[in-house]
Amino acid sequence: MQGLIDRLTALLSDGTVARVIGWKKGDMAYNPEPHMFETAESLKDFVYDGFCGANLSKMMIEASKLEGKTAVCLKPCDTYSFNQLIREHRVVRENAYIIGVGCRGKLDIEKIKKGNKGITSISGTELDGSDDIKIETIYGDKNISYKDALLDRCHVCKGKDHMIFDEVWGESKDTADQERFAEVEKIEAMTPEEKFAFFRNELSKCIRCNACRNVCPACSCRKCIFDNTKFDAQQKANVVSFEERMFHIIRAFHVAGRCTDCGECSRVCPEGIPLHLFNRKFIKDIDKFYGEFQAGKDPEAQSPLTDFTFEDIEPGERG
Amino acid sequence: MSMNEEKTEFRPLIVAFCCNWCSYAGADLAGSSRLSYPADVKIIRVPCSGRVNPMFILRAFERGADGVIICGCHPGDCHYSTGNYYARRRMTLLFSMLDYMGVENGRTRVEWCSAAEGVKFSNTMNEFCEKVKSLGKSVRLGDIRCKD
Repeated sequence: MQGLIDRLTALLSDGTVARVIGWKKGDMAYNPEPHMFETAESLKDFVYDGFCGANLSKMMIEASKLEGKTAVCLKPCDTYSFNQLIREHRVVRENAYIIGVGCRGKLDIEKIKKGNKGITSISGTELDGSDDIKIETIYGDKNISYKDALLDRCHVCKGKDHMIFDEVWGESKDTADQERFAEVEKIEAMTPEEKFAFFRNELSKCIRCNACRNVCPACSCRKCIFDNTKFDAQQKANVVSFEERMFHIIRAFHVAGRCTDCGECSRVCPEGIPLHLFNRKFIKDIDKFYGEFQAGKDPEAQSPLTDFTFEDIEPGERG
Repeated sequence: MSMNEEKTEFRPLIVAFCCNWCSYAGADLAGSSRLSYPADVKIIRVPCSGRVNPMFILRAFERGADGVIICGCHPGDCHYSTGNYYARRRMTLLFSMLDYMGVENGRTRVEWCSAAEGVKFSNTMNEFCEKVKSLGKSVRLGDIRCKD
């Protein structure tokens, strides 16, 4: 990690970049937060470890409007989102200096907290750390395997290659060891009643905090249909109650064909709703009906929903 | 048999989005040719099948529809050249998603039906209505976020 900080400090001091987007130490070992570093001194708080799951590509939308270049640290999966944002003209490539940081999978604190109460510190989660992470709790120390604490999304990793970068720092690892569409297929095999009960059970947990929308790199509209334009307290009112009820489905449809399957929605959900299941279903269908398509792989590629062929499959015909 | 014991037959509520340039005229033709189709079908006129926002369909199911059918011009015959091609992709994905959430495939349908196909229009509606009737009442999609 020190090597990365040194490199960023050098970039800042020689004027290549005006600011750095990275992760800042949080109050606990497991909650680093996305941060924009403006000075070389502030970089002492920079951190990059197993808990830096946040996708920073969306921060480049605002940073693109600022003067000078911005260095942004992107993991392999984040570079897909960045490419997609270039495709949609939301970020300016020339204003970004992309540091492709290595990744060996990111950790899920909920998995670690399960069975480990009173955590005081966690170590060994750095990129060059060992296969075990050390947890110190008020009841004693413990070692657990890094692999067991991975986020669900890292088990279906898209690969260790950065799609777009100016320089790469650190070694990446492909952590995929599960079938990407296994969960979707499991739901598809259910009866209609079971399907509805499953989604009703999951979506009923939603508190409409908008975390999934705010974190999603594909949800970058200047004006969101779910936002109320009224003043003050009236802003808190639902725009339309129908849209509130259908929120997740509408949102999934809005990002269909543009979602890179970065899994941020499920990671940030405070209620633990597996929101990626909607997006992944669309990806599965698009792959099946219109040919393999990975959003963000090629910034020139046409999105399947803004395209058509004369021989498209008819709705209802399931190939 | 008293009034209370009388079994009332299940009448599905079906919403049909019909393109102004073809199937809406097709429905007119069906009417003027004295062909019958069930009164359970409520037709909504749209300027093009491409105008049908996926939200309209969600809205219909949320408000208690048991089936939704979209009728548009045959591929290649769209009044606006390409509207129905985009609609076709959108609806393919939406119907698949609805099926994924518990609204069976049989409740959703897209049919290409021109202004000259009054017979096809009436047959399609009869067929679709029977199909939805056999599936029974739809799940209440509006309740997807309220657990009892």
